[in-house]
Amino acid sequence: MAVEMLSYIEKNTAVHRLTGVTKLLCFILWSTAAMLTYDTRILIFLFLMSIWIFIVSKIEIKEVSFVLIFIFIFLLLNNVAIYGFSPQEGVKIYGTSHVLFEIAGRYNVTLEQIFYQFNITLKYFTVAPVALLFIVTTHPSEFAASLNKIGISYRISYAVSLALRYIPDVQRDFRNIALAQQARGLDMSNKEKLPKRVKNAASIIIPLILSSLDKIETISNAMELRGFGKNKKRTWYSSRPFQKSDYLVLTCFILILAASLIITFHDGNRFYNPFQ
Amino acid sequence: MKKPVIEFSNYSFKYNSQVEPTLHNLNLTIYEGEKVVIVGPSGSGKSTIGQCLNGLVPFSYKGEVTGSLAIFGQEARNLDIFTLSKMVGTVLQDPDGQFIGLTVGEDIAFSLENDCIDQSQMVQMVDDIAKMVDMERRLQSSVHHLSGGQKQRVSLAGVMVDQVDILLFDEPLANLDPTTGKSAIELIDQIHEQMNKTIIIIEHRLEDVLHRNVDRIIVIDEGRIVADEHPDAILASSILEQHHIREPLYVKAAKYAGCALTAEMRPSRLHTFALKNCQEKLIEWYENVEREGKTKSSSPVLEVEHLSFSYHGGKEIIQDISFSVQKGEMVSIVGKNGAGKSTLSKLICGFEKPQSGKIMFHGQEVTADSIKERALRVGMVMQNPNHMISKNMIFDEVALGLTIRGVPENKIKERVEKTLKVCGLYPFRNWPISALSFGQKKRVTIASILVLEPEILILDEPTAGQDLRHYTEIMEFLVELNRQGMTILMVTHDMHIMLEYTSRAIVITDGQIIADDSAAAVLTNRELIKQANLKETSLFELAERIGIEEPKEFVERFIVFDREERGKWQ
Repeated sequence: MAVEMLSYIEKNTAVHRLTGVTKLLCFILWSTAAMLTYDTRILIFLFLMSIWIFIVSKIEIKEVSFVLIFIFIFLLLNNVAIYGFSPQEGVKIYGTSHVLFEIAGRYNVTLEQIFYQFNITLKYFTVAPVALLFIVTTHPSEFAASLNKIGISYRISYAVSLALRYIPDVQRDFRNIALAQQARGLDMSNKEKLPKRVKNAASIIIPLILSSLDKIETISNAMELRGFGKNKKRTWYSSRPFQKSDYLVLTCFILILAASLIITFHDGNRFYNPFQ
Repeated sequence: MKKPVIEFSNYSFKYNSQVEPTLHNLNLTIYEGEKVVIVGPSGSGKSTIGQCLNGLVPFSYKGEVTGSLAIFGQEARNLDIFTLSKMVGTVLQDPDGQFIGLTVGEDIAFSLENDCIDQSQMVQMVDDIAKMVDMERRLQSSVHHLSGGQKQRVSLAGVMVDQVDILLFDEPLANLDPTTGKSAIELIDQIHEQMNKTIIIIEHRLEDVLHRNVDRIIVIDEGRIVADEHPDAILASSILEQHHIREPLYVKAAKYAGCALTAEMRPSRLHTFALKNCQEKLIEWYENVEREGKTKSSSPVLEVEHLSFSYHGGKEIIQDISFSVQKGEMVSIVGKNGAGKSTLSKLICGFEKPQSGKIMFHGQEVTADSIKERALRVGMVMQNPNHMISKNMIFDEVALGLTIRGVPENKIKERVEKTLKVCGLYPFRNWPISALSFGQKKRVTIASILVLEPEILILDEPTAGQDLRHYTEIMEFLVELNRQGMTILMVTHDMHIMLEYTSRAIVITDGQIIADDSAAAVLTNRELIKQANLKETSLFELAERIGIEEPKEFVERFIVFDREERGKWQ
């Protein structure tokens, strides 16, 4: 059966019980904190905390492994690119240069550069699990409602939540089409050379797109026939009222953001400098 | 005097994307509280009529309207789709595609949400409507975990929550197994009786719709109304046959026997049908009509032994299934939705690996073969041709499997052309696929599998959504292939297919084979029918009523005769 990625994983934990709005706001606060700061101490604290939240949510690594691998690949690319374009960035930021060894020209390896890229990596690690958690612990029906509550137009909110919801469907179609094409002799395994595989993939993608377009037509007709888009606003059957825990968690996150901003900026520099 | 709720007068419609109008000069009045069925072959414009009523035409599908359509006295094109949706509620064909909410409650509430109804009030309204369709205990369930019949109930509730006066059903039976279809018709009837709604059903499974009383049948062909009368009058006439719409089988049998039908005999339902004058003729016909000789069995081409399968150690979907298929047989695999039919066909094609058991071709075990290797022996044609077609041109699409396998160019040309000739597609070989009809696309997908020269062809619902003419066309083509020696397995819940075209039916329920017998024997066995969500054929009841001792024999003779008759259309 198809691995379902980026879809809601049902569990009963404190994280799941929070309303979608709370989770969305927390996610925004959290990412703001992680994006603004380069203070290694704060990043490490946030990183540990995100792991803790992950544990509390009881989501298992293997349930999200596919996306995690994807993020890792992206992270790796990003690190390579940073080094490729700007090997002296760390030296520029921290103002010192502890050279470990030279490679060629301006390409050398310094402690500063390693430390700088370590910080970037850490940022990924603090944001990624929380973003993932938001997606897999928010019931899709609440998803649109939450986006709408924080002021995003309900049309866009619905579009996003429908898109997420169709992922399992599209995966199922993909698998069926892929099997049918394989039966005609299409080889998608490693045995085939890469350019050929890419070409073969097209024979799966085209029918997939066509069948998805059919789906879109059906659902948009169904929505229109039931009055979607009639008014400027709409109400939500499945939105839930705020509980005590929601207020509590939100307050904590606001405090975390405030604290991290104060610690980061009190000396006028976003970077924590261990080299001085 | 009854109050008219829908009035088409001199109404024509042309889609912007088309040259010819789809509807010509329609004049039709539907009165309050009526229950009307609209029938017609594919492309006749019957669905367009539905779209005119709910506002998709002309608000979503743009086009040119002339004449007038008044709904509750208001000119439809001066309204907008939202106002119309408060008057005409539409239950679309495929419940899966039209669910917007994820849970039952949420989906029912969708239209209320758009009306900005307060949450607490909304919950109350949803509860009330759910009670009406008997779904109040399932409000929290995911819509995708419901059975086919429950899905239909939920989509009906989602439309009724709007307090609409007119309910429009667009092919409500298309994806339902026969028993579920029957209860859907009963549910519609119940709503009609209790709430005095006006009901419009667009459907081509006429016999199933007539399971409950209907006030009028409107026959559409080529965008024109060709008949608009009481079901009894329609069935007594030859109008349905002329426009290639399937008549109820018992009516057909009476006509074959040469009975002169009149509306007074009330043929619209079998139990009201006065057979007195027909009885003798029917018996006489039965005794004279010939029956097909039994096909001799030869060597088994496919053998399945003790096959079991489950997804990731879950519940067993296939439990210890064994059967064998002889060369040149045409077999149908039937059973209710979710019984394991599709999984079984996937196992045979090697799309899934069984936990235990063996699959053998010509006595040689192939259980461990890859999909690609298996494809040389079994070809699988999926239900939706759009899931298989990936090239623009017919020739390229059919050649794809050979090109990938590295067959030399001149060989490819030879084999593709031969296959296209077999499939009757040779004249179109240089056409783009997009110019083909659904039925022709289906042929292309069959051709693209045949070109690989498999020994067995497996088809998943080969005629889903097809009208009688295309249905006959596809099925006759398969019969022809079968005559040429191809072994064919069909997965279906269409009882006509199994009855008319396959000599043998394998019935699956909950992953087990509960019967493996002739199709006529299966459809005349009440116990089996109940277990597998099938429906007894009306021919059986007819045969019993006229006192034929071997009703099964009557059914078989009818089928042979009917197929020959319809074969003359082409």
